[in-house]
Amino acid sequence: MKRRDFIQNTAAATAFVGLGGLSSLSFKPTYEKHITILHTNDVHSHIEAFGPEDGRNANMGGVARRATLIEKIRKENPNTLLLDAGDIFQGTPYFNFYGGEVEFKLMSKLKYDASTLGNHDFDNGLDGLHAQLPHANFDFICSNYDFSNTIMEGKTKAYRIIQKDGVKIGIFGLGVELQGLVNKQLYKETKYLDPIEIATDMSSTLKNDEKCDLVICLSHLGYKYDNLKISDIKIAESTQNIDLIIGGHTHTFLEKPTTVKNKAGKNVLVNQVGCYGLYLGRIDFFLDSNKNVTSKSNKLAIR
Amino acid sequence: MTYYRIIFCFLLFLGTVSCKQTKLANLSSKTERIAIDASLEEDTEIKAFIEPYKNHLDAMLDSVVAYNPSTLDKNDGDLNTALGNLMADAVLELANPVFKSRTGENIDFVLLNHGGIRSQLPKGNISARSAYNLMPFENEVVVVELTGKKVRAMIQYLGKAKRAHPVSGINLKADSKFKIYSATVAGKSIDENRNYFVATSDYLQQGGDNMNFFSNPVNSYQIDYKIRKVLIDYFNKIDTIKAKIDNRYTKD
Repeated sequence: MKRRDFIQNTAAATAFVGLGGLSSLSFKPTYEKHITILHTNDVHSHIEAFGPEDGRNANMGGVARRATLIEKIRKENPNTLLLDAGDIFQGTPYFNFYGGEVEFKLMSKLKYDASTLGNHDFDNGLDGLHAQLPHANFDFICSNYDFSNTIMEGKTKAYRIIQKDGVKIGIFGLGVELQGLVNKQLYKETKYLDPIEIATDMSSTLKNDEKCDLVICLSHLGYKYDNLKISDIKIAESTQNIDLIIGGHTHTFLEKPTTVKNKAGKNVLVNQVGCYGLYLGRIDFFLDSNKNVTSKSNKLAIR
Repeated sequence: MTYYRIIFCFLLFLGTVSCKQTKLANLSSKTERIAIDASLEEDTEIKAFIEPYKNHLDAMLDSVVAYNPSTLDKNDGDLNTALGNLMADAVLELANPVFKSRTGENIDFVLLNHGGIRSQLPKGNISARSAYNLMPFENEVVVVELTGKKVRAMIQYLGKAKRAHPVSGINLKADSKFKIYSATVAGKSIDENRNYFVATSDYLQQGGDNMNFFSNPVNSYQIDYKIRKVLIDYFNKIDTIKAKIDNRYTKD
């Protein structure tokens, strides 16, 4: 824990850092931090790699290979987060026969930190999802599903803050509207709350109240639509305080993240890596102490 | 005393400035999309964990039942696709005898949804696994008795959807703007004064894809036949896949 560089909040601590600040006028220590975000979405129960005859996906994917890659990256940078944007379930007989147990157990073995829920994660109903939760050793982050009066009440988190090397990373999650997409008897009394309102509140809480250095939105809304439907691009444009949206649902294969200007004119990265575990998304954030107060605005360079 | 107080305030002031200095700023980011492919070794522990599950599934799913001469994809085609046609035709062919034996009536036509086709049908051997890939969901065939007016609403829906929702037993012609100007069942235009028996999935009947014309039907018949089982039975029945794009749903 290198918390000594980030002591904040109390007046005493402020004064202490102030004294440190005096000496730093001459020594100027650097505070560079390197955080790696790895992500998947819409894996849809694709445990095994595709076979040689599987059309455009031939010979791609596979959890055992993904595990090797993730471990390699963790060795390069231990300050790595592994996230998923939902639709873990449904797509291969692994789900039909084992109900999601294999998916959750593997994600736990790969040490996923968090996931949000996709519409297909409701395919065996709230009961089917709830029954598999003991196999998941990671958090489900859902900010705009209200599970009050359902068996899932208290089983998900509205947001989570993870500290890596003294960097505070705030994560919240947005789910897609279930009506018209999932049968009511499967999602029961789950209430869908307005994603823009929730994203505005959550990102403000994380950035301003919780003082997170990075704010990540795990979204299963979909990348963008031709109609008025809410999407990751719209969330990015109509909020502030989000640094990165990791999306899903539309199975959009982005070669690199889309950079969107938010309400405050700052850049937001929107990424999505298609589906079925064919790709792993990797975003490396380099954070530095903000020595020059005038250039405090976020500078996101995509190299 | 005042002198010390001033120094203390000055330190506090410095502290505030310094605190801003230690606040992290997001300087830059680097992004990469990494393909999961054969260049990566499989993690042995993960592979060993998967193996017993895989062996069990392989034993249940992999006997060859048919042959597919060319890869079929749901995106190959405009308003009808070979793969969608195959699925809708299979439902009509196999669900109708069950429906008729139970009700004495015939299915007039079939409507499924394009989004419900969940994989390609690759060239080569076809097994029960192919049906699981195409139709992983547990959805069942349901036969919905719709008024002619509701069928009209369905046609309006399709005109707006502009998608290759699979159909069988109905012929649809759309203008260049996707508006459907001709809809015939068994060669006759839709008659608003009669009812139609439409086979679909329980997912769509219950409002999936916002197909609201299926809600509050005259009647709805469950026939206890999963769509995936329809496909498995269909593959067992035929030797070689012969599905193709045809003129059942076209645009000028």
